[in-house]
Amino acid sequence: MSRIGVVVCHCGTNIAGVVDVERVAAEAAKLPNVVFAVTNKYTCSEPGQATMKAAIEEHQLDRLVICSCSPRMHEATFRRMLKDTRINPYMLEIANLREQCAWVHTDKEKATEKAIDLMRMAVAKVEQNKPLFTSTIPIHKKCLIIGGGIAGIQAALDVADAGYQVTIVEREPSIGGHMVMLDKTFPTLDCSACISTPKMVDVGQHPNITLMTSSEVVNVGGYVGSFEVTIKQKARYVDHTKCTGCGLCETKCPTKVPSEFNQGYNKRTAIYKPFAQAVPAKPVIDPDSCKMLKEGKCGVCAKVCPLGCIDFKDTAKEYTETYGAIIVATGYDLIPWQDLYGEYGGGRYADVITGLQFERLVNASGPTEGHILRPSDGTEPKDVVIIKCVGSRDPHKGKSYCSRACCMYSAKHAHQILEKLPGANVYIFYMDVRTPGKGYEEFYDRTRADGAVYIRGRVSKIYKENGKLVCKGEDTLLGKPVSVQADMVVLATAMVPAVGVEKLTTMLGIATDPDKWVQEAHPKLRPVETQTGGIFLAGTCQGPKDIPDTVAQASAAAVKVCGLFSKDEMETSPMISGVDQQKCCGCGFCVNCCPYKAISLVEIDAREGARRVKKTVASVNSGLCQGCGCCTAACRTGAIDLSGYTNAQILKEVDALCL
Amino acid sequence: MSVKADPNWEPKILAFCCNWCTYTGADLAGLNRMKYPANVRVVRLPCSSRVNPQFILRAFQKGCDGVMVCGCHPGDCHYATGNYFTRRRFMLMKRLLEYNGIDPQRFQARWISGSEAAKFRDTVTRVAGEIKALGPNTRFQEKWYEEGGEAQ
Ligand SMILES: Cc1cc2nc3c(=O)[nH]c(=O)nc-3n(C[C@H](O)[C@H](O)[C@H](O)COP(=O)(O)OP(=O)(O)OC[C@H]3O[C@@H](n4cnc5c(N)ncnc54)[C@H](O)[C@@H]3O)c2cc1C
Ligand code: SF4
Ligand code: SF4
Ligand code: SF4
Repeated sequence: MSRIGVVVCHCGTNIAGVVDVERVAAEAAKLPNVVFAVTNKYTCSEPGQATMKAAIEEHQLDRLVICSCSPRMHEATFRRMLKDTRINPYMLEIANLREQCAWVHTDKEKATEKAIDLMRMAVAKVEQNKPLFTSTIPIHKKCLIIGGGIAGIQAALDVADAGYQVTIVEREPSIGGHMVMLDKTFPTLDCSACISTPKMVDVGQHPNITLMTSSEVVNVGGYVGSFEVTIKQKARYVDHTKCTGCGLCETKCPTKVPSEFNQGYNKRTAIYKPFAQAVPAKPVIDPDSCKMLKEGKCGVCAKVCPLGCIDFKDTAKEYTETYGAIIVATGYDLIPWQDLYGEYGGGRYADVITGLQFERLVNASGPTEGHILRPSDGTEPKDVVIIKCVGSRDPHKGKSYCSRACCMYSAKHAHQILEKLPGANVYIFYMDVRTPGKGYEEFYDRTRADGAVYIRGRVSKIYKENGKLVCKGEDTLLGKPVSVQADMVVLATAMVPAVGVEKLTTMLGIATDPDKWVQEAHPKLRPVETQTGGIFLAGTCQGPKDIPDTVAQASAAAVKVCGLFSKDEMETSPMISGVDQQKCCGCGFCVNCCPYKAISLVEIDAREGARRVKKTVASVNSGLCQGCGCCTAACRTGAIDLSGYTNAQILKEVDALCL
Repeated sequence: MSVKADPNWEPKILAFCCNWCTYTGADLAGLNRMKYPANVRVVRLPCSSRVNPQFILRAFQKGCDGVMVCGCHPGDCHYATGNYFTRRRFMLMKRLLEYNGIDPQRFQARWISGSEAAKFRDTVTRVAGEIKALGPNTRFQEKWYEEGGEAQ
């Protein structure tokens, strides 16, 4: 026999002004198992709570119904109050007599009748309640960061400076991402390498940061506080524990292939660092070009290496570690425009290049030592056309979104051309000029004052005529066709998610939007969290953005991780699903509908009469379950149920309404 | 009291509302002191996908004249994809009820966000009016049969 107490709150006149609270309490007193029913002027107040606590003792109550304001308002308050009473905090139900009754009705009789129904439903439900206990999960204070661009670097430094262990997994041989490839950064035009390489060095030397380059995540299990992550490090063929980064091998390697870092405009060796300031500052061997690895002859590097670091028998290694939190910072790639824009030559014209290629051409440590020269013949261009929104804002061929950084970097490129090539002409074809940022509009104004000619319209075709690249388009402001003879064309191509990001997001169980950018938990209020607890995001993996926004987001994600790590363990809600293994038939219907992949099928030893048998049943991972209850409605046997909102509780509530 | 002949008859409507959107929207209607008919009683659930079709049948069986299932707009579900399941399940459910002779207006699924207090008020007002016009539900209802009503 349960002993239920019912308290009906006046809430001053908020409830009592419309609802006859005394009648509600009197009706409650008539219900079976209700051993105590009163009204109270202000139940949530200190004296109100004291009265309730006294009544709980005096009447030996084991469950409580409070008819008051919305449970969204005071459920937490009342649960806290119950913590030091004989009643378990989850043996409480609240009937919403204020927001959903007194405040929305004027007819006192009808409002009171409804209030009585709501009270009855709450009493019927609370009879079915069972004590629930929050459990705690330990927090492993180690953070995994996937992607070592500026987002990953910033987040790593912030978390590591706060005193926590960090591992960065970067698939390239060096961290740095796209930012180190840039020449100068808008709007201040500070040298990109000068501001990013010191941060890279800090990462490399930080006692709390472990750097895993040439590595990728290959498996993720577990949940917030303890993700089990397997990381695979490709064979590097150079023992980095011995190598000092002297670079002798690189000077002697006879094999030369196009440098990825320099966009193919010059060569690197088969044993190489991607660029001079690479972190770690130690080479790796590219097995796709190394003669020794491909053909079994050469081995020059091994002969010259003074420390004997070269190991042609090196193999990929896998490491499994436990991390409390994960930050995804996999960044972006540029849209493969060649496949989409045949009208721009589709890659046939050497002098039609991307903005990123231009960054390397204009960079002092790049292939041309900073001289802007045409890739085709190494001459200085005189007339340069810049085309914006190539692949962006073009739902038919590319993406419908705006890539956000291109308006500004195109203005930067125009400025750099006009500065480095006196007498040159720059024509920028644009749809709109978007400069939302501090100092951005001013930068754009300056570029126009420098002499850049902005033409509103898209270029519809580029073709070669008399050694010139003819860009034909329409000036939509003048309503006239235009044609510009250019020596070089720079395309501001769209940002797209990093190649292969789907594999990672599937492994992590996090959502992506239709364009495959990682989905944030809430676009406004939870911009650096994902739907999965303990997994955060930073930088362009979430959508196109520039460096200031990337860095801000990275620091925000770091704060979220530090917040999580400030506790040794985390309380989890007990209102989650559980499976009655006896009833479960192992159909797996629940497995497929769980948004959090919290359910798996497991094999257990069961008894069938006297026999011992193997049986497949569903099992809920309490660290992953968020308590939505979606699974419960899928189960035909009623084996899976949601604590706090069980089938029995809800059915009783329904029944009570129609007594 | 007979369900058959009561001059002051008012429909009883049960609304299953998800905690994050519709329940919040209903609270907001209260905060804004909006007014709507007192026929609807809300059952608070974490997600509209928690609603088992069995609950709806039980409500009709026990004497509800109308049932609503309300949740976040598709795409806005607090649990990411929960309400996509709700949508699919209740498209089927509606047809099952219709097949069994329950007027489709008696069962309605609606998406109402936490900020759509006015939509909550309007929906509840409209549904209450529609169901009042339909009169008491007798299909599936235990009491009707107990009181000797003919199976329709
Ligand atoms: C031509 C051009 C010019 C620009 N100029 C400016 C400018 O002047 N000012 C400005 O503010 N912004 C500029 N930007 C934008 C700027 O590049 C980005 O905002 C910034 O680099 C984003 O950093 P990130 O760390 O998010 O991504 P990234 O730099 O792309 O870093 C992501 C890293 O993650 C790694 N990675 C990817 N997938 C995986 C995986 N599965 N496993 C492990 N590692 C992985 C990648 O190898 C990479 O190192 C420019 C962009 C372009 C294209
Ligand atoms: S073996 Fe030869 S080609 Fe290969 S890395 Fe060494 S020097 Fe270069
Ligand atoms: S309650 Fe929701 S989150 Fe938990 S197991 Fe069921 S479907 Fe998954
Ligand atoms: S739906 Fe029910 S019976 Fe099927 S696996 Fe899940 S818990 Fe078991």
